[in-house]
Amino acid sequence: MSTILLEHVSRWYRNVVAVNDVSMTIGPGVTGLLGPNGAGKSTLIAMMSGFLAPSTGTVTLDGEPLWRNEKVYRKIGLVPEREALFDYLTGRQFVVANAELHGLAEPGAAAQAAIALVEMTDAQDRTISTYSKGMRQRIKMASSLVHDPAVLLLDEPFNGMDPRQRMHLMGLLRTMGAEGRTVLFSSHILEEVEQVARQIEVVVAGRHAASGDFGAIRRLMTDRPNRFVLRTGDDRTMASILLADGSVRGARLRSEGGIEIEASDFGRFSEVLPRMARDHGIRLLDVSPTDESLESVFAYLVSA
Amino acid sequence: MSVAFSPTVARIGVHSVFGRRRGVLLFVLPAVLIGLAVLVRLLVGEDELAARHTLYGLGLVVVVPLVALLATTGLLAPEIDDGSISYLLAKPISRYSIVLSKLAVAAVCVVAFAVVPVLAAGLVLRTSDPWFGLGLALGAFAGGLAYCALFALLSVLTRHAVVVGLIYLLIWESLLGGLLDGVRWLSVSRWSGAIAEPVADVSLVDGLGLGYAVVATVLVIVVGVWLTGRRLRAFNLTGDE
Repeated sequence: MSTILLEHVSRWYRNVVAVNDVSMTIGPGVTGLLGPNGAGKSTLIAMMSGFLAPSTGTVTLDGEPLWRNEKVYRKIGLVPEREALFDYLTGRQFVVANAELHGLAEPGAAAQAAIALVEMTDAQDRTISTYSKGMRQRIKMASSLVHDPAVLLLDEPFNGMDPRQRMHLMGLLRTMGAEGRTVLFSSHILEEVEQVARQIEVVVAGRHAASGDFGAIRRLMTDRPNRFVLRTGDDRTMASILLADGSVRGARLRSEGGIEIEASDFGRFSEVLPRMARDHGIRLLDVSPTDESLESVFAYLVSA
Repeated sequence: MSVAFSPTVARIGVHSVFGRRRGVLLFVLPAVLIGLAVLVRLLVGEDELAARHTLYGLGLVVVVPLVALLATTGLLAPEIDDGSISYLLAKPISRYSIVLSKLAVAAVCVVAFAVVPVLAAGLVLRTSDPWFGLGLALGAFAGGLAYCALFALLSVLTRHAVVVGLIYLLIWESLLGGLLDGVRWLSVSRWSGAIAEPVADVSLVDGLGLGYAVVATVLVIVVGVWLTGRRLRAFNLTGDE
């Protein structure tokens, strides 16, 4: 059982802050690191795997520092996001080399077990340059599992996988977590994270925005005001009518035309809007939600 | 953590050097050297001055550093560039083991593609005096190792190791080395010439003591390996800086 501990960790590149005062504990089981692209997930994983020094704060694995401490790799399996591998090797040669570098007693047997675990036995004797994206991801996975590590760190592991491969990897991660390993993977897709992770850590713009099981995170994300942009035949009248109703918290006339609406009760708003428009003889030309993108959901999470 | 030679790192290194198209150049350079030696011998005959200019001017000053550059950057630069070096670094092995194992491969390349060809060309140019070829081969070996250490350090310091290395060779070693006498104190190929002199019994570099050349060469090798390993210990995978 291993624990990664981050205490008041910040990391900046010159004057750009990538990670801002993050403290978290990653324990046994599967943890999802959720956040939009550019939120600092990769920077966090790089620090957790000893490939980046925090600018301030400490990152430790079972009390040991990760930076400049190659011994920690006995316990860590790392699956980097970057695709580059030793393309001129076969899958088997690559995993065996990883086993040898770990100093395992029987590198061949360990490699076979890891390759079988990721279902790459049939393709193991092809050179990696012929592999598809999903196959590369799986052979990377095998190379990181070959020494049976207590900690598994995966940076965007589901990228480029087809649904079947995705299901398989999800099952694999769940098993690893259930075995008591500390598994951490990053993703920018909530649905992906909540299917696998027991614990979710949300990172937005370098800050630790939320933490909890997926139920708690899901509630934070869905019980939120909804924003819409309306274009109507008479924006000013429509705005005043809507403001009079309890389902709407705010309305703003946009300079470029249209109304921005913030609905506090989405269910009621969707019923009220067409009825009011009809009653007052105003044509609804366009109704579009503005915050369905994950980024705005996260923006809400941070401000909440 | 003990520093030991890692056969696995070396094996991957061999694949890395010869698995790329650039590896072909390693065969072309010595072929050119030996080809020219044969040509000179046929046209000029066994002539000390021509032999010296060919073997030192082309062999030690051009072929040796280029072979070292190709081999060393082929071993390190692409892996650092695409991040695949993380598979070597995410292991409980000393960073110096990684550097030394890779440099061992580079050294074998230097012997095979520079030292042996220099010896062969030396024997072609001056068949009656085998010490000439042997001396220059010794110089090639010493210089080659120093260049490998230097280019290894360059590979971990900059993403443009090949370009920077070529500019260094062209501007410093070749151009300025030929124009300014003082450059000899800071020129690996001049040092390798000075090391070759006593064995080959020829004069290649003026005013450079053997002792200085040996110490400087060893210093570059040791400091190069040490700094390269140190830099790898603090390797940033994200590379956003």
